[in-house]
Amino acid sequence: MAATATAGTMIIKNGHVFDPLNGINGDVKDIFIRDGKVVSSLTAAQQRDAIVIDASGKTVMPGGVDSHSHVAGAKVNAGRSMRPEDHYKSVRAKTAITHSGSGYTVPSVYKQGYDYAAMGYTTVFEAAMPPLEARHTHEEMRSTPILDMGAYMVMGNNWFVMRYLKEGDIEKAAAYVAWMMRTHKAYGIKCVNPAGVENWGWAKNIHGLDEPNIHFEVTPREIIRGLAEVNEMLGLPMSLHLHANNLGHPGNWQIARDSLMIPAGIGAKNKSDLLWAETKENARRRQTVYLAHAQFSAYGGSSWRDFTSGAADLAKYINQVDDVVIDSGSVPFGPATTMTGDGPAQHDLYMLTGQKWSNTDVELECGSGVLSLVYMKSSPVHAVQWAIGLEVLLLIDDPWKTIMTTDHPNGGIFTQYPQVLTWLMSRKARDDTAKECHKWAYDKSTLGGVDRQLSLYEIAIITRANPARTIGMAYRKGHLGIGADGDVTIYDIDPSSLDTNDTKALTAKLSRPDYTIKDGQIIARNGEIVSVTEGRRFYCRPFVDEDLEKDMLADVKDWFKYYTVGFANYPVPDKYLKNPVAISVNRPLEAEALVRR
Amino acid sequence: MVDILLTTKGKIGIMVEAEVIRPDVFAAKNKEEIERLIVWQGASKLPLSDFFDVEVRGAAQTSASSGDSSQETQIIIEGDVSRVKRIGQEMKAGSIEISGSAGMHLGAEMAGGSIFVKGDAGSWSGREMKGGLLHIGGNCGDHVGCAYRGSWRGMTGGQITIDGNARSQLGGGLVGGQIMVAGDVENFCGIRQSGGRIIVRGSAIRAVGAEMNGGVIAVCKGIKQCSPGFVEVAREENPKLADPKLGEMQLEGRFIKYTGDYALGKNPKGTLYEREV
Repeated sequence: MAATATAGTMIIKNGHVFDPLNGINGDVKDIFIRDGKVVSSLTAAQQRDAIVIDASGKTVMPGGVDSHSHVAGAKVNAGRSMRPEDHYKSVRAKTAITHSGSGYTVPSVYKQGYDYAAMGYTTVFEAAMPPLEARHTHEEMRSTPILDMGAYMVMGNNWFVMRYLKEGDIEKAAAYVAWMMRTHKAYGIKCVNPAGVENWGWAKNIHGLDEPNIHFEVTPREIIRGLAEVNEMLGLPMSLHLHANNLGHPGNWQIARDSLMIPAGIGAKNKSDLLWAETKENARRRQTVYLAHAQFSAYGGSSWRDFTSGAADLAKYINQVDDVVIDSGSVPFGPATTMTGDGPAQHDLYMLTGQKWSNTDVELECGSGVLSLVYMKSSPVHAVQWAIGLEVLLLIDDPWKTIMTTDHPNGGIFTQYPQVLTWLMSRKARDDTAKECHKWAYDKSTLGGVDRQLSLYEIAIITRANPARTIGMAYRKGHLGIGADGDVTIYDIDPSSLDTNDTKALTAKLSRPDYTIKDGQIIARNGEIVSVTEGRRFYCRPFVDEDLEKDMLADVKDWFKYYTVGFANYPVPDKYLKNPVAISVNRPLEAEALVRR
Repeated sequence: MVDILLTTKGKIGIMVEAEVIRPDVFAAKNKEEIERLIVWQGASKLPLSDFFDVEVRGAAQTSASSGDSSQETQIIIEGDVSRVKRIGQEMKAGSIEISGSAGMHLGAEMAGGSIFVKGDAGSWSGREMKGGLLHIGGNCGDHVGCAYRGSWRGMTGGQITIDGNARSQLGGGLVGGQIMVAGDVENFCGIRQSGGRIIVRGSAIRAVGAEMNGGVIAVCKGIKQCSPGFVEVAREENPKLADPKLGEMQLEGRFIKYTGDYALGKNPKGTLYEREV
């Protein structure tokens, strides 16, 4: 390493590079980074000032991208405050450059940032931001070190959305969503148990796609279709992100499949003003619906007594279509804290387990529930959940339709990703674990008959390239094409001599990469944080026709009397964001503005 | 057998966190090595010798090492250590004897060996204990043998004997093991208990066995205010308490036997005995 190295300028030499968006599959090549961005080469003078890393015999991938994780906001903090026992046995001492921190399943913001970075991840998106909790979410993201972040806003049970969709006024719905995203600095649209969470206000839920909910009398089908159309009318970078109805209930794979059919034919449109880094493969999303934590929506059977995996059935549909991406929500066993905007699903889980539970109603917008839980190998249901969480990644043939997550901290903890990847890469690892599990693991799923072992190339797809592409971040993330962010992970894995049967070593190597590099700067070495930077906060600024927006705002102001906050205090001020990156979408001057038909 | 004598050097101001005082840490260490062990006082890391004079006695002294195994190691503490926390925490073998009173978290998470305190012990003594013997000659504070904050799993094994009184939440979340109190307890004794046995020779104030779903509690001198979720099932003369792990034990006198806590669920498995007055 040159003593006079220029920050953000680097050469990573002779590594085996896995960069799926550029079709690079383990080829030995050099990566050049200048001023934090990937470049094709450096001049001799620039090379003299560059940090040089010898990656011979190592695996080089773009920095990890987590497209679905619960890491910031009110429910995450509820999980922290109701679980002191999760904190005192998992502590991190401060160093000269890092804060102290604590928490295993729900770490403090600092520990989260360091733990993700030490594991080779540089970009993490918060999966559920209720609009009223947007300030809290941004405060926590502002305090999270290193990571580039953004948050999806929960819209599936929003009174205005439900009202406009019931009235069939899709333009006003789009105008509302656009205004809300700018107001709360949200990145994408999340839809949680559409129509069902509203019913939870009356201690009820929704169990069918065509069941109208109370008062608004709008159905899940109308909400899913409506929000997916709004998403593509506005042309957001990311598609609709769906948490399906009946989540966590036996036999729910059918409603999940039927929900995924609803947006069929809409067509993906990304109308953002962005400069795209170079890629060989198409870096633009194909999907119009991104199903969250498929494991929790791939259940067969009709009760917990005849519970089975429904993953094969769900995968069969997804294998036939091109407009769906899923993330897995895998279950790696051990302590977890479940937290979702799906209030009724959390209450059902509470009735089942009797564990500590908390519930919140978010006024006109949504709800949420939090519960502490331990996934046990001895539990028949948990053993099947483990199998399903791997089946959804192995039975869907095209890795470009899948993303590996644990729905942190619902199915498991993000620090368990290396364990999940090991199961995906090694049939032996799966068989070894199945032997320790309740026999339902293989008896009630197809996992025991699956020989597929994912390659490092496929791992790079499901942990980097595809999460970035799915959420529209592949214009700069998830690959190492020219112009991409200089985010790189170097694992001590020699692809030419990789033994996936040595499962302990594989997990250890995936847990503690040799280097985590962000914007051309070394952030972590062998799992230790060596420098701390401030990440970016991504959000979208979609626009619609001004008159349409004015009409819509009159409605909003009329119903604002039902809120406990004043209209002026509703928006998230700019000062809540550190290093904001606003992505203009559907900007009137360039794109055709959305106007009333 | 090796005796390691710790004598307090005077009054301790800010409480000291001394989880290093345990036989398995002292074993195979000489006087100087023991003196250099680090304890926390507030935000400062200080050597143990700042607070104690260390003397190593016994067979292994000549070889300049204080015992080759922890079972052979006995720590004797002279003086008042009521401002020293975590003595014997996580110890697995050996013994500790304290002539005065001990501070909080005494023997917390201990898995084996024994601790005897002549005086009083602070709150959280025997917290989440897994095995071994903890004997407190005087009174002790709250949360003895209890689960720590937020957790529902307390002591899982071993035995705690208290010659004096204990305060609230004794045996909270008890899963296994036995706690015997010669004197009285206050509130929430055996809250969330799911196994094991608590015997209180004196009285209790209220909420004994709240949210209990297993195990046995016996109170010999009355519960001032019994929880509403307990239902009388029998009256027994000299009842025998059976437990596969703890063995049989007989109480003397005539007891009311309750099942509870029905506040928790429809079919609770907790048993509460209260001696008839």
